[in-house]
Amino acid sequence: MSYKTPLARVIGLGSAKDGSSHWWWQRLTALALVPLTLWFIFSISTLTGECVADIRGWMESPLTATLLIAFVVSLFYHAQLGVQVVVEDYVHHEGMKVGTILAVKFLSVMLVISSTISILRVALG
Amino acid sequence: MAKIRLPKNSTVNQGKHHALPGPAKRKRVFKIYRWNPEGDSSPKLDSFEIDLDDCGFMVLDALIKIKNEIDSSLTFRRSCREGICGSCAMNIDGTNTLACTKPIEEIRSTVKIYPLPHLPVVKDLVPDLTHFYAQYESIKPWLQQQSVPSASRENLQSIDERQQLDGLYECILCACCSTSCPSYWWNSDRYLGPAILLQAYRWIADSRDEAVGKRLDELQDPFRLYRCHTIMNCTNTCPKHLNPGKAIAEIKKLIALRT
Repeated sequence: MSYKTPLARVIGLGSAKDGSSHWWWQRLTALALVPLTLWFIFSISTLTGECVADIRGWMESPLTATLLIAFVVSLFYHAQLGVQVVVEDYVHHEGMKVGTILAVKFLSVMLVISSTISILRVALG
Repeated sequence: MAKIRLPKNSTVNQGKHHALPGPAKRKRVFKIYRWNPEGDSSPKLDSFEIDLDDCGFMVLDALIKIKNEIDSSLTFRRSCREGICGSCAMNIDGTNTLACTKPIEEIRSTVKIYPLPHLPVVKDLVPDLTHFYAQYESIKPWLQQQSVPSASRENLQSIDERQQLDGLYECILCACCSTSCPSYWWNSDRYLGPAILLQAYRWIADSRDEAVGKRLDELQDPFRLYRCHTIMNCTNTCPKHLNPGKAIAEIKKLIALRT
């Protein structure tokens, strides 16, 4: 039972004055991922059957390494932003919601760091 | 969190069947959701046989006929019977629309009628719109000006400026769009929904309004505005053929341009 007025319920804690940056970055990373994913799939398909040395050779080019890092950063950032929206939409238990979003954020940061280090290790020899 | 069992009274049972007394050339069955808050029973789906040769053209005509001639306890809202008041918004044949402007002929077989989805039901086809109206109030749907209006002149708009309101001012707040939106179903406690956001944009787009910045500030929120995932059920279902999805996109665009 609550005697809050309907308007008080709607106003809640007020506007978060945030939300557009999440929206904007989701679209920006989506846009970046279109050419990056096409490039990645194309490159991988031309490399199939090649030996390890050839793949290393491909990754040692600064352009390849730059594009690969751009690809993994956009990919995991985009994935994290997307999963956050899904969780906010469907998980209505406050603790569970915050916990899941934090876990997803940590996981994507870890994946970005580890894949970037891996790319650099190969690229820098 | 997800619940394993459905809440009490959420299963719709078979209700009464009201057969036509005699033969009819164009018999049509109407299945209508019934729920009475008095007592403790589950909702039921009553069926009514109607002779279309002895009934008006629209679904609302059939509802009024049923109330007058078969079961006077059938409860629904209606007023203008010409699509301008928005009272008779309900879910007909799986789509939210106005009973008064929905021809029975457009529905192939049995006409199934439910209240607007995902709102508390007051009785039968009458949903509780308290929260929806409070959301409307929260966007301050009136002209806000800082300049002192002239006592001797109207609030002028150019023809172009007036045209910015076309496709927005026609909204009758029937709630068909908001209650068709899955995002509104799951998060209506914080998401304003398509109808209210279209109304918010109606004031943002008004050349005479001087509170656009404040209005955008109030909408800049991950739930109030950005729960819209462009599902577009709102635009598909709008009985006035408006485009709330586009209005929401325009608000997002303005906020992006501002930053």
